[in-house]
Amino acid sequence: MQPLTHRGRLFACQSIRDVGDKMVLSLASAPAFIVERDETRCIACQVCVRQCANDVHYYDEVDGSVRSHDAQCVGCHRCVTLCPTHALTVRTNPLEFRPHANWTGEALRNIYKQAETGGMLLTGMGCDQPFRIYWDHMVLNASQVTNPSIDPMREPMELVTYLGAKPERLEFRPEMVSAGEDGERPSGSCMALTTEASPQLELQVPIMFSAMSYGSISLNAVLSLARAAEAAGTYYNTGEGGLHQALYPYGAHTIAQVASGRFGVHPQYLDTAAALEIKIGQGAKPGIGGHLPGEKVDLDVSRTRMIPAGSDALSPAPHHDIYSIEDLRQLIYALKEATGYRKPVSVKVAAVHNIAPIASGIVRAGADIVAIDGLRGGTGAAPTMIRNNVGIPIELALAAVDQRLREEGIRHRASLVVGGSVRNSADIVKAIALGADAVYIATSALVAMGCHLCQRCYTGKCNWGIATQDPYLTKRLNPDMGARRLTNLLRAWSLEIKEMMGGMGINSVESLRGNRDHLRGVGLNQVELDALGIKSAGF
Amino acid sequence: MKRIVIHEEHCIGCRLCEVHCLVQHSRSRDIIKAFRTERDTVLPRVHVEESGPISFALQCRQCVEPVCIEACISGAMHRDEITGAVVCDEAKCVGCWMCIMVCPAGSIQQNMTGGGASGRHIASKCDLCYGAEVPACVANCPNEALTYEEVPEAAPQE
Repeated sequence: MQPLTHRGRLFACQSIRDVGDKMVLSLASAPAFIVERDETRCIACQVCVRQCANDVHYYDEVDGSVRSHDAQCVGCHRCVTLCPTHALTVRTNPLEFRPHANWTGEALRNIYKQAETGGMLLTGMGCDQPFRIYWDHMVLNASQVTNPSIDPMREPMELVTYLGAKPERLEFRPEMVSAGEDGERPSGSCMALTTEASPQLELQVPIMFSAMSYGSISLNAVLSLARAAEAAGTYYNTGEGGLHQALYPYGAHTIAQVASGRFGVHPQYLDTAAALEIKIGQGAKPGIGGHLPGEKVDLDVSRTRMIPAGSDALSPAPHHDIYSIEDLRQLIYALKEATGYRKPVSVKVAAVHNIAPIASGIVRAGADIVAIDGLRGGTGAAPTMIRNNVGIPIELALAAVDQRLREEGIRHRASLVVGGSVRNSADIVKAIALGADAVYIATSALVAMGCHLCQRCYTGKCNWGIATQDPYLTKRLNPDMGARRLTNLLRAWSLEIKEMMGGMGINSVESLRGNRDHLRGVGLNQVELDALGIKSAGF
Repeated sequence: MKRIVIHEEHCIGCRLCEVHCLVQHSRSRDIIKAFRTERDTVLPRVHVEESGPISFALQCRQCVEPVCIEACISGAMHRDEITGAVVCDEAKCVGCWMCIMVCPAGSIQQNMTGGGASGRHIASKCDLCYGAEVPACVANCPNEALTYEEVPEAAPQE
C-alpha cells in the first residue's frame, strides 16, 4: 500500500467518526455489510427497525421511509428473516483492498482496529479459518452383493449408547437354589452375574448438547436444550453457569460442569445432575480462562452463579487445584465421593498436540468419560487469535486418542465423547467409526434455534435471543419452539444415522464404534491417512 | 369456540401481526398493494401494547356476554351465527362509537374512512378473519406469542 501521506489518498482511505465530543479518524469504519432495501417492496412497516439490536434500521418520519446505518450491521439476518415483503438483502461489502495474498483485507482491518483501541481482538463461535475439514475428506462404506445392507424401516436398528467405564471382565457365580433345610445349593444349570457395572449414562441417540452456560446464553436457550434433551432421551450440559431454579426439573438429563471458576457448584447442584463434568479446556480457547462481562450478570445469573450482580465472572485459565494428573484424580474422586459413586464423572479437554497421552492420563485418573473439544469448537467469547490458531482438529485428536487407549488396553475404562464442529449426521457416523462413543453438538444446536453465526456473541446483543441477557432480546427465543426444533434435528439426524448404518450392513451403533474399515480417505496424504488410521479410497 | 390466546412472555413486539391483519382485511390481500394504495382505508384490528420489554398483541377477546352488542344502537354489532365470533356488520354501522365506549379491552378502533372515498365512519374490530382456520395474526406470529385454541366458554381469557 502507498503510505497515507498524500492528502488526496488520506481522505480517500480514512473517514471521520464522532466519538463523544471529539472527532476521531477511523481507518476501520468501512461497513462490513451493505444493507440493500428494495424500495419497490418496502412498506415501511418498521419490523426491521424494531428487531435490530444494533440500531441499523431507522425510520425517517419526514419522508416516511426506512433507512439503514450499514456500518452497524453484523450480518445476523434477523431483519432479512422477518421482513414480510422480502425487501431486504444483506451483502458483504464489495469494497476491496488492493489484492494481496499475504496482507488480506481481514489482516489490515484487524490492525486498524487494534491500532485504534489497543485491545485484544474478540470474537464468538468457532474458528472461521479455512483449515482442512477432515470429515469432508473421509467417505463411508456401503454393502454391495457380498454382504446384505439392512433396511432400517423394516428391521430394528440400535442407537442406544451407554457412557461410562465398562468392566475389565465379567464374573459369574453359580446361581443358587433353595435346598430345603440344607440352605442353598448350586442350581447346576444357571450362572448369576456378580460384576457390578460403574454408573452409566443411557443415550437414546449418540448425540448430546455440549456445554453452554446460562449467562453466556439466555435461560430460554438453556430451557430449549434441556427440554429437547429430555424429549430425545439424551443430555445437555450446564457449562460453568450453574443450574437455574427453572432447570432443576430436567436434572435427570443434565450434565453439571465443574469448571475453574466453580460458579454455582453446591451439593444440590451435584446431586441433581445425572453426571458431572470437570472442564479443563475448551476447543475454541485452549489454555485460557473465561470472562463473562458484568453486563451479562443480572440478578438471576448472579444467584445461579453465586457471584455479586454486575460483577465480571472470571474463570481462571487453570484449575488452581489441578497442576497434575494426580491432582485431577483427587478432584474426580472428590466429586465421586460427594455423589456416592452414583454418577459418572467426565473430564473435558481441548484437543491439543499431545492429546493422546493427556487422554490416557485422564482415563488413569479415574474419569468415566473423556470429552474432547476440537479446534473448530465454538464459544461465546474468545480472543480471535487464540480461537483461530490454538489446538488441533477434532478428527485427528479423536483418531489419536482412540488408538492410544486401545494400545494401552484402557479404552474400555472410559467413554469417548467428541465435539468441535459436528455439522451433520455424516460427521457423527464418521466420528463413531473413528472411535467416538458419542458426540457433543453446540453450534449445530444454536443454528437449530436460529443462530446465523454472525460471531458477535460477545457483544450480548444477539438478535436471535440466544447469546444475550437483555430482556428485550431473550423473549425472541420461545423455548417451546426452540425445544421442538432441537428435537426435530435429533430425530432427523438419528434417521439418517440409521440409514447410513443400514447401508453398511450394521444394525447397532456398538458395531460401528471404532470400525475404521468403514472409512476411506479422499485427497489426503499418507501422513494424514496414518494419523487418522484409515486407508485411502481405492484400497 | 376457538379463541386467540395471548402469550405475553413470547411477544417480541415486531408488530408483524398488525401488518398481516391489515393485509387480510384489505381489498387486494396483497401486502405491497395494501400498504401502498389502501393504507388510508384499512386499519389493523390487532394492536401491540408495549411497556419496556413487556409487550403483547391485543385483539377482541370474544367476550361470552359482549357488551358491545348490547350497546350497539344500529344492530351492526352481532354474533356471527356460523363462526360464533362477535363481528361488526359494516353496512349497518353508523359510527356512533358506543361499542368503543363500552369495550373493556379497548380493542375496537375508529375507522374514519372505512367506506373508502365516501368517508363513512365504521367501527373496526377483529372478526377472527371471517372464520378462517387460523387468523392471520396467529398464523404469522414468528414466535408463537398468539395461539388459536379451544377455550372453555365459562372461562374466557380476559
